[in-house]
Amino acid sequence: MSVLNRLRDSLTRTKQQIVDRFDDIVRRADEPDRRSRSVDVDTIEALEEVLISADVGVAATDRIVAAVKRRPRDGSSLRDLVKQEIRAVFAAVDRPLAVTDRPKVTLVVGVNGTGKTTTVGKLANLLKNDGQRPLICAADTFRAAAVEQLEIWAQRAGVDMVRAREGSDPAAVVFDAISSGKARGRDPILVDTAGRLHTRVNLMNELEKIRRIAGREVAGAPQEVLLVLDATVGQNGVTQAREFMGAAGVNGIVLSKLDGTAKGGVAVAIATDLNLPIRYVGVGETIDDLVPFSADEYVEGLFEEKW
Amino acid sequence: MFESLSTRLQDVFKSLRGETRLTPDAIEAALREIRLALLEADVNFKVVKAFIDRVRDRAMDTVDDGILRGLVPSQQVVKIVRDEMVALFGNAEGGLQPSAKRPRVILLLGLQGAGKTTTAGKLGKWLTKQGRHPLLVSTDVKRPAAIEQLNVVGRKASLRVHDPAGELEPVARARSAVAEANNLGFDVVIVDTAGRLHIDDELMRELIAIKDATDPSDRLFVADAMTGQDAIKSAGEFNARVGVTGVVLTKLDGDARGGAALSVVSVVGVPIAFAGSGERLEDLEPFHPERVVSRVLGMGDVLSLIEKAEAAITEEDAERLEEKIRANEFTLEDFRDQLKTIRRMGPLESIIGMIPGMSNMKELAENKPDEKQISRVEAIINSMTVEERRKQHIINGSRRKRIAKGSGTSVEEVNRLLKQFVQMQKMLKQLGGMAGLTGGGKKARRQATQMLRNRR
Ligand SMILES: Nc1nc2c(ncn2[C@@H]2O[C@H](COP(=O)(O)OP(=O)(O)OP(=O)(O)O)[C@@H](O)[C@H]2O)c(=O)[nH]1
Ligand SMILES: Nc1nc2c(ncn2[C@@H]2O[C@H](COP(=O)(O)OP(=O)(O)O)[C@@H](O)[C@H]2O)c(=O)[nH]1
Ligand SMILES: [Mg+2]
Ligand SMILES: [Mg+2]
Repeated sequence: MSVLNRLRDSLTRTKQQIVDRFDDIVRRADEPDRRSRSVDVDTIEALEEVLISADVGVAATDRIVAAVKRRPRDGSSLRDLVKQEIRAVFAAVDRPLAVTDRPKVTLVVGVNGTGKTTTVGKLANLLKNDGQRPLICAADTFRAAAVEQLEIWAQRAGVDMVRAREGSDPAAVVFDAISSGKARGRDPILVDTAGRLHTRVNLMNELEKIRRIAGREVAGAPQEVLLVLDATVGQNGVTQAREFMGAAGVNGIVLSKLDGTAKGGVAVAIATDLNLPIRYVGVGETIDDLVPFSADEYVEGLFEEKW
Repeated sequence: MFESLSTRLQDVFKSLRGETRLTPDAIEAALREIRLALLEADVNFKVVKAFIDRVRDRAMDTVDDGILRGLVPSQQVVKIVRDEMVALFGNAEGGLQPSAKRPRVILLLGLQGAGKTTTAGKLGKWLTKQGRHPLLVSTDVKRPAAIEQLNVVGRKASLRVHDPAGELEPVARARSAVAEANNLGFDVVIVDTAGRLHIDDELMRELIAIKDATDPSDRLFVADAMTGQDAIKSAGEFNARVGVTGVVLTKLDGDARGGAALSVVSVVGVPIAFAGSGERLEDLEPFHPERVVSRVLGMGDVLSLIEKAEAAITEEDAERLEEKIRANEFTLEDFRDQLKTIRRMGPLESIIGMIPGMSNMKELAENKPDEKQISRVEAIINSMTVEERRKQHIINGSRRKRIAKGSGTSVEEVNRLLKQFVQMQKMLKQLGGMAGLTGGGKKARRQATQMLRNRR
């Protein structure tokens, strides 16, 4: 146990302020007489630590660091170079969503417990405040009290919800919701789905079926498929994104729980590797806690310690 | 996606060709790979640093002490890594420690969405199987329909859920459940709590109040196996505030490497009690450290293979063999001994299955070496004279005929064996490692398998 104790001490006692250290080192590297010099080992290491500890991952970190090293430091600060580099990653994948036929169907997917249901509630509220008339579809017919949970969110947002007929399958509820949305002039249709691990083939097939049914009712639907990623997720987030892209046609990310200390840096890797933009971020558990993604703010947050 | 650590290490150790001892340079190269593998598996980078230092110390010791029994360098390093990790997890087999308290209160805590409510149901079910009588209570008045969720879970698992109507104060709900358990004779109370962020001071105080009111003997931190670098912060803070006594690692049914387990255990310093492996209420089992260790390292069951090899090969055997390989004196006799060793390790199929990448190799599935084939090879070698076994080049045409006849096989089989044996000798010389199946190198393994496979 002594090994463990020592390790534990070193981890908790120091609570080493990574970001402080980064600030220190970067400040030094940014001093006028050093600006034009090439970046030293200490600085690179500090930079790597910030990125790794934000879950950016080894490969994406290496890429960013390499890019920073390549850039000439003709007076520009290192800190700005790094931030620019990450902003550039997001700028490269930013694109508007193409929606031709209506209603727009937004499918919200992800592994268990990431914040899908909450996101649907918050999103309904956000869009309603924007003057749209959303309809919520409860397609999680699996988890205990999932429909009751979503119903409370629908009430909070003041938005109608279509729920499953007893024992029907998720695709059938989506069909009902789209028909009902068309009849009542509701647009968009926000579909909450059950949490599922991307490794479960039959559950992933279920998403394909939902997509098929939606596409039959509205050409091009679901036009938007949002993968909700928990900001605490590690490198498995890349695999999740890849698998959900393949099986469910994910075309945007929602990064939830950014109000904690986790940074969701895996989204940087996902943007680079899979060309997927972040659309929204979740910053709390109340109905107003969903905001459209801003690369500038995100990058600032990446280098800020809340702890 | 991820290369397994063992594959990576084999690449590193290619430069050690012919060497059976670790060298400081090779160790540093290996440590770099280990560091990468651990970071990719989401082990916190501070934990990785401390861990690498430990492994370096141990590995440097073996540079002085010589080889570890019967293992090629890459395996020596893997073994050190494995041992250190298992040491970190402690040898406890998971489950709950005995407690005389009645009722025994188990508090489940953690971040939002970690799996607390599901775990409450799973744990209740598990305890029932152990002959206990658990009462469940939700103190989550925050998440919409959280109380209802636990009620549904309880119904599904045929567990009693205490739900005092109209009571919406978390501490009062917990206290009332303990009183109810006392009245009705339930011997365990499982308290589900709302998910909360470790930096949410108000909610952390609420958790402390629940703890103070119920005096739980178990405070289980429920953590998602997919968690990344942040795990040490949240686990550390929950531990600092309420004193975590155990960990439940959920969602291990996915393909996350689960490095968070290592981070969490490192900061809270208590073993992992349970592992959740699915959404169904049966999907909970006491934690087995070795499974997560090989998962973090991405090595399938290569670790148990090493263990088996260690158990089957005595130190002297290994040294003798190593000496021979180095001197290019590996004979058919030694080969026969090796076959015996392999047999001592258990059924061949299960051994092959443990070698990462081998179990699902198509080629292998089609040409599975079988026990009968080993017997035939053994019979062929047994039919040789001692001299023939030691100098296989003297085995000419007439000797081959005699051997085939004596062993009840055919001349073609004898030819094939001899040809493959020569190839294997060359391979071994190059690798400088342990023989065939237990030794390093895909190529050597393939050679060895080919030699044994059942092809007509
Ligand atoms: N702090 C914080 N908590 C969040 C956020 N989004 C969701 N949560 C919480 O995370 C937990 C899980 O959220 P859900 O919306 O139920 O997640 P889900 O993905 O629908 O879960 P399943 O359907 O069970 O897979 C709940 O306790 C939410 O209140 C966020 O942005 N910040
Ligand atoms: N695949 C899988 N899902 C799990 C596991 N444990 C919990 N879940 C799911 O994770 C989600 C969140 O679980 P819940 O118990 O509500 O988390 P809580 O917010 O901590 O109470 C739900 O969808 C559960 O079904 C597990 O071991 N494996
Ligand atoms: Mg949900
Ligand atoms: Mg819960």
